[in-house]
Amino acid sequence: MRIAAEELSWSVAGTPVVREVSADIAPGETVGLLGPNGSGKSSLLRCLAGLRAPGAGTVRYDGEDVRDWSARRIARHVAFAGQDPGADSDLRVADVVGLGRTPFRDRWRGPDATDRAVVGAALERLGLTALAGRSWKALSGGERQRAHIARALAQQPYALLLDEPTNHLDVKHQLELMRLLTRTDQTVLVALHDLSLAARYCDRLLLLHHGRLIASGTPAAVLTAERLAEVFEVDAELTTDALGHPAVTYRGPLGAPAPMSHPSP
Amino acid sequence: MSADPVARRGAVDLLLPAARERVVTEDSVAAPRSGRSAATRVLLFLLALGALAGSVATAVTIGTADVGWTGLARALGTRLGLGVEPLPPLVDSLIWDLRLPRVLMAALVGASLAVCGTVLQAVTRNALADPYLLGVSSGASTGAVAVVVLGVGASALGVTGGALAGALLSFGLLMLLLRRTGLDSSRIVLTGVVVGQLFTALTSLVLMASADADTTRAVTHWLLGSMAPARWNTVVVCAVVTPLGLLAAWLCSNALDGLAFGTDTAASLGIGVRRTRMLLLVVTAALTAVAVATVGAIGFVGLIVPHGVRFLAGPLHRVLLPYAALAGAVFLVWTDALARIAFAPREVPVGVITALLGVPLFLLVLRKRGEL
Repeated sequence: MRIAAEELSWSVAGTPVVREVSADIAPGETVGLLGPNGSGKSSLLRCLAGLRAPGAGTVRYDGEDVRDWSARRIARHVAFAGQDPGADSDLRVADVVGLGRTPFRDRWRGPDATDRAVVGAALERLGLTALAGRSWKALSGGERQRAHIARALAQQPYALLLDEPTNHLDVKHQLELMRLLTRTDQTVLVALHDLSLAARYCDRLLLLHHGRLIASGTPAAVLTAERLAEVFEVDAELTTDALGHPAVTYRGPLGAPAPMSHPSP
Repeated sequence: MSADPVARRGAVDLLLPAARERVVTEDSVAAPRSGRSAATRVLLFLLALGALAGSVATAVTIGTADVGWTGLARALGTRLGLGVEPLPPLVDSLIWDLRLPRVLMAALVGASLAVCGTVLQAVTRNALADPYLLGVSSGASTGAVAVVVLGVGASALGVTGGALAGALLSFGLLMLLLRRTGLDSSRIVLTGVVVGQLFTALTSLVLMASADADTTRAVTHWLLGSMAPARWNTVVVCAVVTPLGLLAAWLCSNALDGLAFGTDTAASLGIGVRRTRMLLLVVTAALTAVAVATVGAIGFVGLIVPHGVRFLAGPLHRVLLPYAALAGAVFLVWTDALARIAFAPREVPVGVITALLGVPLFLLVLRKRGEL
């Protein structure tokens, strides 16, 4: 599914958070959304997921204005997993993942065979099969995050919008998740803090700064030393790691005191 | 976009939208199932329903005057036009006009309060939520006290009408304060508490300023909650409103499960979050108002029954809500029976008994769940 933002703006309590962002995400593309804290990544994702009505501009799914879509229709096409998986719930993991079947069910109906099969497949994909019967409360942060992604997959979406899906995950699960996202036919837009992870796995990157989209393109084109200095205020360069993947190497934050080993004259 | 699509997955990838059209058979994937089969669940529910019917019938025979099973059978038989020997008018009146409506009222109110508690705990994401959280019961109290003490429209309305008017007034104020908000969990709780406090203060003001000792005593009895005022006319109102409210809440089961994970997650599942919360607030307020108007604010049922039933039936609302309704009904039928005979011939307000029994039960449940 193609997702497009046209001159999208969104503000909260009078403060503009997303400013005139235009972007076009092609079907099947895996796009990374980058930017420092408060740059508007989460807000932009929520607008694109149909969870916030933009103050100005338009979100289009396959060319159609999302304002004309019902919440249920959106949920049958686009799945969203937010950053905060916290909930004081007694639900079993399988039932939480089963929530992803909600848009396909009558409002009172229980799960049918198809629902159970899809939930089983989603649990397996995220390596949660052994935890299916575990209570939500008994899960670690990373397990909850994987369960939420499995829940999003159980929506059988055409597009996946994920807000920092790796921030609670260990290295193995980070790599597994990113590989899963690149290998699926679904359109994926994923907000990330780890620039190297984004550079390695994403087809294309979008860079946000103070709510504006300031760069869009391949990882090598977007992640330049000058931009990292300007946007993230770090002294860094784009290098190639031992396996030949693009990687970001940091020398340190900009504007910080110089290291002890290099005393100023 | 990388890797060859054929090599990387099997015949059908269930997680892709294309798989939706395929018929998936149950044995094609090892899928987790909820514990019991459909037949077992229906049987369990029928058993619970039977337990409620048994409780109601038994509770009718319990009281200061012993009427027994045959008495109940004869009273019912006479009403149904069966050829049974009629009871003496006084006993017949005791069973038919006093005890039967009272026990049925206890069942209806118990079911209402338990379901309201369950729903509000999910909507506000607050384990301490109970039906009185919205301040509706405080409004009802103010209305009732105004009628009794000040004699405002006493003849036309009566205590029940005054309480209903007060409940609607407080709920109207609540909705007025919540208008144009997203109905977030914490805002509902805070606004409900504020409205409740206001009407509690108004009740105290009216009582202290105008009531004599006898009136205060009578009003206190009502404020603590008692089944004694239940008659057929109030039972009929409850019997119409309660099933409708319970059905409306049950139809929101899937949405209630989703709401536990917050507004964004629920909305991303296609749940109309604000509309669902609004509907559920109106439903719980109506159920609470009708219950409180007749029998006062009976405490603790709406708090402990949801927790106890969640412990037994699991947290999925589709299953939880019906069992909460049944458990609430059975619990209040028995506590009311106890309230009638524990200190006979003097009757204790049932709200006192529910709290006395409720506190240890609540502690037991919390301990079993490892939360205490």
